[in-house]
Amino acid sequence: MEKYVFIIGATSDIGMAIAEKYAREGYDLLLGARKSERLLPAQSDLQIRFGIRCNLLELDLSQTTTLAAVWNSLENKPGITICVAGFMQDNDEVLRDTSATLQTIESNFTGPVTLLNAIALDYMKNGTGVIAGFSSVAGLRGRQSNFIYGSAKAGFIAYLSGLRNKLFHHQVHVLTVLPGFVYTKMTAHLSLPALLTATPAQVANAVFTGIRKKKNVVYVKWFWKWIMCIIRMIPEFMFKKKKL
Amino acid sequence: MKKIIANWGNYPSIESDEKTFSFPEDLATYVGREDRFIARGYGRCYGDASLAAKTVCTLQYNKVLSFDTKEGIFECQSGLTLDKILPIIVPKGWFLPVTPGTKFITVGGAVGSDVHGKNHHVDGCFSAHVMEMDITGHDGETHTCTPDDKADLFWATCGGMGLTGVITRVKFRLKKIETSYIRQKQLKAKNLDEILRLFEENKQYTYSVAWIDCLKKGKGFGRSILILGEHASVEDLPAGKKEKPLAVPSGKQINFPFNLPSFVLNKFTVKVFNFLFYGKNMKREINNVVSYEPFFYPLDAILNWNRGYGKKGFIQYQFVLPLESKNGLVEILHRISDKGIGSFLAVLKVFGPQDDLISFPKEGYTLALDIPVRNGLMPFLDELDALVLQHGGRLYMSKDARMKPEILEKGYPRLDEFKSIIRKYNPESKFSSLQSERLNLTSR
Repeated sequence: MEKYVFIIGATSDIGMAIAEKYAREGYDLLLGARKSERLLPAQSDLQIRFGIRCNLLELDLSQTTTLAAVWNSLENKPGITICVAGFMQDNDEVLRDTSATLQTIESNFTGPVTLLNAIALDYMKNGTGVIAGFSSVAGLRGRQSNFIYGSAKAGFIAYLSGLRNKLFHHQVHVLTVLPGFVYTKMTAHLSLPALLTATPAQVANAVFTGIRKKKNVVYVKWFWKWIMCIIRMIPEFMFKKKKL
Repeated sequence: MKKIIANWGNYPSIESDEKTFSFPEDLATYVGREDRFIARGYGRCYGDASLAAKTVCTLQYNKVLSFDTKEGIFECQSGLTLDKILPIIVPKGWFLPVTPGTKFITVGGAVGSDVHGKNHHVDGCFSAHVMEMDITGHDGETHTCTPDDKADLFWATCGGMGLTGVITRVKFRLKKIETSYIRQKQLKAKNLDEILRLFEENKQYTYSVAWIDCLKKGKGFGRSILILGEHASVEDLPAGKKEKPLAVPSGKQINFPFNLPSFVLNKFTVKVFNFLFYGKNMKREINNVVSYEPFFYPLDAILNWNRGYGKKGFIQYQFVLPLESKNGLVEILHRISDKGIGSFLAVLKVFGPQDDLISFPKEGYTLALDIPVRNGLMPFLDELDALVLQHGGRLYMSKDARMKPEILEKGYPRLDEFKSIIRKYNPESKFSSLQSERLNLTSR
């Protein structure tokens, strides 16, 4: 389906903003989330305001063995998949708590990869489709303040890069989104530098444009590209002494 | 997140720890955990009604839940603003049953202030069109109420300034329209007697409001422009607009970029402005067809127009006097023009009958004027309060930032009943604002 978008992790602020952007552009939506009944108000809202069709899909990314089946059981499959799912907790707490560690890796890496594999195979077979995955600038270099989340996101960056390479030969486009700081519920307690922080609506616009223009990697605020470029160039013997 | 907040009058301002929510369970958790906070939407009440050290912001709780395009019934979460509703309902041939002079208010705010519009004498307040609503109470539970079911909660919530709980869902009736245009008539009145007579002669019009010059003395005392309107039919439209009778205006806005220094607004500049405004209507009567946007929301075209009153902010003083107190209106207007304070323009309207628990409107004359905050203003307003009471009137809580509790008590005959309902649904004063504490509506 050309104008049908699947959003994985739609209850997040960014997920909602992307849903609204695509609805405004006239796309039908499939919103996937855990406890998807929480999306009933969003479903009515998007349908009434934009006159599109919006379907909900119960999706638990920690149930990795069932994810392929969930996708394959869909009668009508969206041609664009955007994976926003992700989860960040305080790094020191995650370090001490095994279940939090596994949950971090699952929701940021294992879950998305398992589900996207099934979707990628489908798109590959049909020779058409778009996959956009949300990683994080935290995945570009492990820092002491969030390296468990960051390492899962790093794995996801590598996955998306390889997937892009593989699917390129099958006319399927893959976009990596590295949003930097975003004003959301997840970051509401942090005081973020205004210049480096995007609103969910700006992220949604960047994703929409990135997909339309077949970009490979999108940073929402352009300076992030250069900041991360510098951070990545710091030699390890210096970097390890920093409190970042 | 801690931030400095103020409502539309920019007076007072306060640091508040603000929490937003998108899902009902997040609100329930907040209500269960926190104490002494107030729900806040767009902050377009003027004074201190939705200010507190802790506020829960409804703006993210803004989904459209249902829209029956046949019956004209609309249902949404409380943080949805009227400017988002209009582009949904107007193309389907429906309009807001009641709208204040700005579309930048939430539906929750419309209920909490029980807002009125230019059609009050025909259609009443917003609450007259509410069929059902949900309120998250002090226990964190959702209470559904209607005008008949849990009626005490319903009527104490309409105009109740958020003191019964957090309004979360509202279902209300819309008004049928054939076009998105208004057939407008403007009449010039030379003085107060003439404008009051014109109100009476034109009361069959659905919409009526007057701009009145509060500074003019002598023969032209009370000179005004009466603005009347009806929803236009397709036949009323000029040829070019007939094909798209329900077009939604584009709503372009310009921004008021900074606070104007306070000295800019003085008696002289206001007099000049009023002279020009009154003089712009050359003819005694003008008839035209305009889009709903300039008719209902002339000031919305200028974002942040409140900055024109300077950093210290302003008070919008709004009272209502019974019809038989015309002398009171004259006396108060004289006091205002003698004092030489007053705004670019003041708004005069005649309310129709209404007798609700705590809603502001009742039959009579209502006058609203903006006054910049400056030294000596508060004692003067206390004098006006005394006159308003003496003539059987009362003040609007949504505009208030300074009245004394006894002014509220004497103006609202059913205040004790209201307070006892607040005690029932808000026993620990969990929902509490600067205003509710100042007016002894909640404990301190």
